[in-house]
Amino acid sequence: MANQLTKEEKLEALWQGNLSPKDPEGNPLQFQSSEAEQAYKDRILRVKDAIEMKKLPDRVPVSIFPSMFPWNNAGMTVEETMYDYGKCGDVFRDFVIEFGPDIHWGAYAPGSGKMYEILDYKLYSWPGHGVAPEHSFQYNEGEYMMADEYDALIHDPTGYFIHTYLPRGFGGLGGFPMLPFFPGILEIYGLPTFFLTFGLPPVQATLQALMDAGGEALQWIGAMGGADGALASFGFPILLAGFTKAPFDVIGDTLRGTKGIMLDIYRQPDKLLEAMDALVPLMIGMGIANAQQTGNPLVFIPLHKGADGFLSDEQFKKFYWPTLKKVIEGCIEGGCIPLPALEGHWETRLEVVQDVPKGKTLWMVDQSDMAKVKKTLGKNACLLGNVPSSMLSLGTPDQVKDYVKNLIDTAGKDGGLIICNGAFFDEAKPENVQAMVDITKEYGVYK
Amino acid sequence: MSKKLIDAITEMREEDALKITQEMLDKGTDPTEVLDACRKALDAVGQRFEKGAYFLPELMLAGEMMTQITDIIKPKLVGMPESERLGKVLIGTVEGDIHDIGKNIVSFMLDVNGFEVLDLGVDVPAQKFVDSIKDFKPHVVALSGFLTLAFDVMKNTVEAIQSAGLRDEVKIIIGGGQINEEIKEYTGADGYGKNAMAGVSFAKKWVNHK
Repeated sequence: MANQLTKEEKLEALWQGNLSPKDPEGNPLQFQSSEAEQAYKDRILRVKDAIEMKKLPDRVPVSIFPSMFPWNNAGMTVEETMYDYGKCGDVFRDFVIEFGPDIHWGAYAPGSGKMYEILDYKLYSWPGHGVAPEHSFQYNEGEYMMADEYDALIHDPTGYFIHTYLPRGFGGLGGFPMLPFFPGILEIYGLPTFFLTFGLPPVQATLQALMDAGGEALQWIGAMGGADGALASFGFPILLAGFTKAPFDVIGDTLRGTKGIMLDIYRQPDKLLEAMDALVPLMIGMGIANAQQTGNPLVFIPLHKGADGFLSDEQFKKFYWPTLKKVIEGCIEGGCIPLPALEGHWETRLEVVQDVPKGKTLWMVDQSDMAKVKKTLGKNACLLGNVPSSMLSLGTPDQVKDYVKNLIDTAGKDGGLIICNGAFFDEAKPENVQAMVDITKEYGVYK
Repeated sequence: MSKKLIDAITEMREEDALKITQEMLDKGTDPTEVLDACRKALDAVGQRFEKGAYFLPELMLAGEMMTQITDIIKPKLVGMPESERLGKVLIGTVEGDIHDIGKNIVSFMLDVNGFEVLDLGVDVPAQKFVDSIKDFKPHVVALSGFLTLAFDVMKNTVEAIQSAGLRDEVKIIIGGGQINEEIKEYTGADGYGKNAMAGVSFAKKWVNHK
């Protein structure tokens, strides 16, 4: 294993790749100007220094991590963003250039409405499919995995997803339950009976849906990736690789639902723990694969059901944190930078989650008290946030400026801070968003 | 026996709670005594939730135990009088928003604290709140919303209640993800609840003032 890279070398390779961007043909990216090229590199290094916490960046970096705001602000309905890919990417490109954050997160939030239609996606409602054209897509929580299916999930998570979970979540994947057991392809005997499955009409319909969805997704990624490339040429980098999840949230958000997982804590705690362990390598693999595919280091991990108020301290320490910690450590080992997002309030969890290696993670902070976060988690990790959505939506530019200054004084004096909104937002006054960026550039300079 | 049932529910021993219920009924215990024990147990669960000793798993399991026990005794309950309630609360997630976890917790806590709760569900249009105020005559209207879009929708809902001439009939409380004092002012609500217990306290305060 002489050629095996260390985690530091793997991560450094990603950073170096980011610093020498390529166009789609693999040639060095043509910047709009030498100033744009310099700004691009400065921005990446500014964020890198903030995350690594080894030396101070030239100033506090600033970012905007919206959901539908860029398109709302341009007068586009959510429905249009999900169906008009070209316009979606163009509007996002113009938004980043206008507001000027150090890093952006891509135009990936809206997604492809057409693709969801082809697959008959059941887990979300989206404009024209359960919500109004101007409203964002929303999650339909349900019990998509039954209480007695833990063993199936534990023994073969991938098989469980293919045969049981996915057909429940997607009407278009109705042929999946008929698919054979793939590790059964071992000898010449049995091959015809294995492959005849693919001749069955429901399976063929599912395969057709997959091909159609794939074609649609390729068109979509072309537009969004095009926006990323254009933005890079103007000097605005993206560092987001994609996402993975805490095993507790995989089961609580997606499979069993809130009620299901909360009852399982009492009714079948051992099965729940075993299933979360089984998901750990998959969630690590998902994070690392995203980073390798995109060449970007930041693996987003939205955290939901570990927030204050959901679980007791003991339950959090037993059920939520151990497998999340393993996912974080595994992603670091694979050369990525995990970006867990503390959505809502997490003040009672800070003592526990601060147990991460220094300078290897980035944490998005929503409404937790930043002074408390800085004293705990902030000793080991760079913080991203926590300008409130309510202030961006209803406050004044002066209020936003005062808030950001206070944030920098409280949590940014010795580095380890990136100013950003704390929660994903659809609505805001543009002058407030601009004030957040401008004041950081002005007040956040390290002398 | 009542004491044993109260303890079983309060201590989250689901199987015991169901077994004891069955034993009580088999011995000819009055179903109202069983229900009374359940109410006391839920009250204890609610108190532990308020104190921060119990969380979602306990609330949900307590709710499940109640459903199962009610199913067991329902056949014997025909014609029994409804118990006195503190007051009425109308609750729902506002139009355009389909989040319901927070709303359900508030509903549960209001219920165990003695309120009669009418839950309109999620994505509730302003007009439906208005109509339900006329029919149900609540003391308190609770608007829930998780998304930033809810700010304006809540404001519109409060205005719709106002234009229908019902604003003085009810107190309005809002709550959910990004809701704070600023949003309360913006929407014209009377209060906002940072958590479920704050919501219950508001409701109690207002009902007592009547």
